[in-house]
Amino acid sequence: MVKTIPNGPAVLYIDRHFIHEVTSPQAFKGIENRGVPVFRPQQVVATADHNVPTANQHLPIRDELSRMQVNKLIENCKNHHIELYGLGHPFQGIVHVIGPELGITQPGMTIVCGDSHTSTHGAFGTIAFGIGTSEVEMVFASQCLLQSKPRQMRISINGKLNPGVVSKDIILYIISRISASGATGYFVEYAGSAIRDLSMEARMTICNMSIEMGARGGMIAPDDTTFEYMKGRLFAPSHEQWDRKMKEWKELYSDGDAQFDVEIDIDAAEIEPMITYGTNPGLGIPVRGSIPVAESIPDEGERKNIIKALEYMGLQPGRPLLGMPVQHIFIGSCTNSRIEDLRMVAGIVKGRRKSDHVEVMIVPGSQQVADQVKKEGLDKIFEAAGFEIRQPGCSACLGMNEDKIPAGAYCISTSNRNFEGRQGAGARTLLASPLTAAASAITGVVTDVRELTAIS
Amino acid sequence: MKAFTVLQSTFVPLPAENIDTDQIIPARFLKATTREGFGKNLFRDWRYYNNDEAQPKPDFVLNQPQYHGEILVAGKNFGCGSSREHAAWSLLDYGFRAVVSSFFADIFKNNALNNGVLPVQVSDDFLDRLFALDSEATLTIDLREQQITIDATGQSKKFEINEYKKTCMLNGYDDIDYLLSIRTDIEAYERVHE
Repeated sequence: MVKTIPNGPAVLYIDRHFIHEVTSPQAFKGIENRGVPVFRPQQVVATADHNVPTANQHLPIRDELSRMQVNKLIENCKNHHIELYGLGHPFQGIVHVIGPELGITQPGMTIVCGDSHTSTHGAFGTIAFGIGTSEVEMVFASQCLLQSKPRQMRISINGKLNPGVVSKDIILYIISRISASGATGYFVEYAGSAIRDLSMEARMTICNMSIEMGARGGMIAPDDTTFEYMKGRLFAPSHEQWDRKMKEWKELYSDGDAQFDVEIDIDAAEIEPMITYGTNPGLGIPVRGSIPVAESIPDEGERKNIIKALEYMGLQPGRPLLGMPVQHIFIGSCTNSRIEDLRMVAGIVKGRRKSDHVEVMIVPGSQQVADQVKKEGLDKIFEAAGFEIRQPGCSACLGMNEDKIPAGAYCISTSNRNFEGRQGAGARTLLASPLTAAASAITGVVTDVRELTAIS
Repeated sequence: MKAFTVLQSTFVPLPAENIDTDQIIPARFLKATTREGFGKNLFRDWRYYNNDEAQPKPDFVLNQPQYHGEILVAGKNFGCGSSREHAAWSLLDYGFRAVVSSFFADIFKNNALNNGVLPVQVSDDFLDRLFALDSEATLTIDLREQQITIDATGQSKKFEINEYKKTCMLNGYDDIDYLLSIRTDIEAYERVHE
């Protein structure tokens, strides 16, 4: 913190600033109009992910506006001396996948990006949050932001997870309990033995979706799992610098007597594989559960929300989702496109073939993940299963590039948002874990992964 | 940024809750590299059938000529989801200078304030009262007094705003002007923190 304005916000210094093609052009234009340079270009890292096609990336982008926006990023980065991992670069990928895998994301840092899923980086004990384009411009101009102190929430999950339950289910469960606005105004710390037991990539999935309950950010205290993950990564400190940093990082935890504005305790055993039925990520149920009957909801606003959501989704209250046919499966996005996610999927589909009634898209989060997929031979498993492996990018998470789900079709998606039209105008999204998506790809219907694995 | 002091206007009611920024401006319209021109795509998929401007959805409030004005009144948790500032730009470009709701998502609130669009947070009860008014009713939003008033009845409510942000809005200042003015403090901080 640089300083505090009396009766106002604090000036927060930003250690790392990630940018992408969609939310940066107006910010570059803004500083150019003011005649000020990018203050600390070496603390900014850029990639192209939202607009990029996920096939034939070696060819020029077909969509004219997308091409212009990606080209603008190239031009801006060149003019302002910013490192760009653009199309064709071995480090290109979804911004929240590449930051951690390159070791750019480090414990204790402040990290921002013009993207709400910047909360992902909180898995390393960083203060990481999404910002708007005006704020991107502020960070360009000064490497600082004006921020008011958020309230603090701790969500503790203790105990052992049930078989078939992974970190995506944990976060979908939390959001279904506290709603899509339940953490607005808060920074959330995730704690407890079930969180400590998770890998870094699983932790990233949880922190990634903090914004889906309104939280500004989510974080997990760094521990040996974090340090083990960081060691040897390209931009992670090494040698004496590593030892010095380790001393600092080991101090990054909440004191035993820390006071939170809100504390939530969850028993890991109560979490089942989850799936959403509605048009915000808070409308989730266990995969074996039933869609709520709106009339039973006491709050009028919430009741209307559910009626409107079910109308859009074409679903009936009181009915189960289990066994319902789906037409598309999307495995990817900054939530679930890392190597562990894809290994999880491969573990389910190995030796099996997808249903003839579904189209399955699998989109690695980065070039490095895509390379690893090949190295481990997972691509052979996916191809044999009839999955379409695409090139890295945000893909069908947001209906901005060529990958879209057609109107009216159901898609089980490992992404983070099931808003109306999110995956394409009229598309109907069911959010779930990579395990649930993989199992449903095989059967063509909403499937409880535990059933599929019990059969085999 | 345009200064905001007092605004008197009719309003457009949109009682849906959890209106996310994908509804305000769908992702396929985020490909522009300037801040202008987003208003025509505001609430695009709620406004038109088949993405066709020749086929307006008659039930949607922006297509009902009796409703107009510079104030949007919306259900709680307005602006959730994506951080896209294009949501604030599209509201401003369409002609809205204020949004009234009983709850705002964080990032949207900041984005609105950074563009001279005033987020006015009121109680659920007061919001319901606004939704019950007819289309001719006008509201007065006075930023200096931090007060919103239903002109016909004189009923009014105070609203909260950060003191610093209030000063910025009243004068049309933005944060960058301030941040550029404290460069020596920032450089001093950098020297201490390696």
